[in-house]
Amino acid sequence: MDFYYGMAQIVGVHTLLGLSAYIVLLTGQVSLAQAGFFAIGAYAAGMLTVLGGWHLVPALGVGALAGAGTACAVGFPALRVKGLMLVIATLAFGEGVRLFFFNFDYQIAKGGIKVGPLGGEGFRQIRFFPENGWTTADVMLFIWVFVVIVMLFLWWFDRSRYGAVLRAVGEDELAAQSVGINLTAIKVSAMTVGGAIAGVGGGLYAHYTTHIEHSSFNVLVATFAIAYPIVGGLSNVFGTLLAVIFVQVFLIEGLRDLGDWRNLLFGALIVLAMNLRPDGFLGRSRRA
Amino acid sequence: MLELQAVSRHFGGVRAVDGLDFRVSEGEIIGLIGPNGSGKSTAVNLVAGLFPLTSGRILFRTGNLETLPMHKRLQLGIARTFQNIRLFGQLTVWQNLWVAQNSPEDRARRSFLGRWLGGQKGVRDEIAQLLEFSGLAQKQDELAANLSFGEQRRLELARALATKPKLLLLDEPAAGMNSEEIGQLRDRILRLRSRGITIVLVEHVMELVMGVTDRIAVLNFGQKIAEGTPAEIQANPLVRKAYLGGA
Repeated sequence: MDFYYGMAQIVGVHTLLGLSAYIVLLTGQVSLAQAGFFAIGAYAAGMLTVLGGWHLVPALGVGALAGAGTACAVGFPALRVKGLMLVIATLAFGEGVRLFFFNFDYQIAKGGIKVGPLGGEGFRQIRFFPENGWTTADVMLFIWVFVVIVMLFLWWFDRSRYGAVLRAVGEDELAAQSVGINLTAIKVSAMTVGGAIAGVGGGLYAHYTTHIEHSSFNVLVATFAIAYPIVGGLSNVFGTLLAVIFVQVFLIEGLRDLGDWRNLLFGALIVLAMNLRPDGFLGRSRRA
Repeated sequence: MLELQAVSRHFGGVRAVDGLDFRVSEGEIIGLIGPNGSGKSTAVNLVAGLFPLTSGRILFRTGNLETLPMHKRLQLGIARTFQNIRLFGQLTVWQNLWVAQNSPEDRARRSFLGRWLGGQKGVRDEIAQLLEFSGLAQKQDELAANLSFGEQRRLELARALATKPKLLLLDEPAAGMNSEEIGQLRDRILRLRSRGITIVLVEHVMELVMGVTDRIAVLNFGQKIAEGTPAEIQANPLVRKAYLGGA
């Protein structure tokens, strides 16, 4: 049973990662920086529980704020560029964050052993869950509380006027400006909310894996973050969840028995899925 | 209300607008005509804030416009439509109008206090009126991309009106319309004037320009070559020469 709980943990955290990119994608921006915000949330929350002895919930709050703050700061300069230039700029930021943590040492002695991030060796012993006697099921439920809260929030948001404004910006920036929408404010807000969601996701990720290192936040993770909402479709948040289940449960776990063939099939099936549903699983059908 | 003083905009070596002086008084309908490439659309884009001036000044009411970003100009009451229609195709007709409600009055209504005082009902009523005005009431839940060409033009005008403009810049609103649609457009423009909206109409369709405007300015090569009432403009030899060429 623990295997399925573990699977549900992965799906939950990746859904948060995908949703952090979802809200940014609504404004038409392709951001490869989401793995960076995810990393910042992971390290911030991990350091607070391990080094600071905090409870996980406030630590996740700080992780969210750290992700949001960084996203807001990155958003102002980065969102001045568009399209491919934005992809490159956010990719550079994400790699910058990864290399920062590759070189980041901050260890203190606790109970006879040194704990904390240690450069390329990573950040081990993020043991909040085992120390407090949480079972795999507890952790899974805890993660899903956050996933449900974020999904409900984004569901409501999508239906509010703000959701329509975000989509308007995504459709035609010039027309959006011409009806009085402040582009910078809208794009940076979307980026900031996305950063907060990625920060929470990263904090949860650090604690269920108990060990993070720079390579956990590489460009592949950033690619997954934007692939989920694109494969799932942007018409609502459930598309992202479906895509995470498709990729993580069906493609990665379900095809595990195929060995090396899995990687080949993985790509082919994503291509097939996008051909059958070019606007995503839950996207509007083009023929409508 | 609006005053352009020696406004120029050069694109590289092209002087799209070159030393243009132009005034619009409150409540007027001004036509802006001229051959293709004469700078009409550029002039509208300069007022709307699409790109900065090369030189000159633009005054709106008491303030300077040149340095304000587009969304700030809208809050002062300047709205526009586009020559090539630019709707939010994947939003519904209703949502297209909803996202355009960005006037200071609308922003106050959306504030916490405004909501508490029941501002949301006003939002729906206004959108319903605009749909009625544009003949789109039956289409409110349709995606904008699925509308016919004429409906899209009507929606774009309605979207500009949803911003509660005081000055409306219409960039070739009759392009591609048949004469029945042009007649309806003329009626709508006259109804807007009776509500006190000042209008700058850039248009090639003379049937419309001559029928609704109080005054017409004619541009050629970025410069104003004539200005006057529709009758004066029709009789002006310089205008004939600009359009028809020759001596």
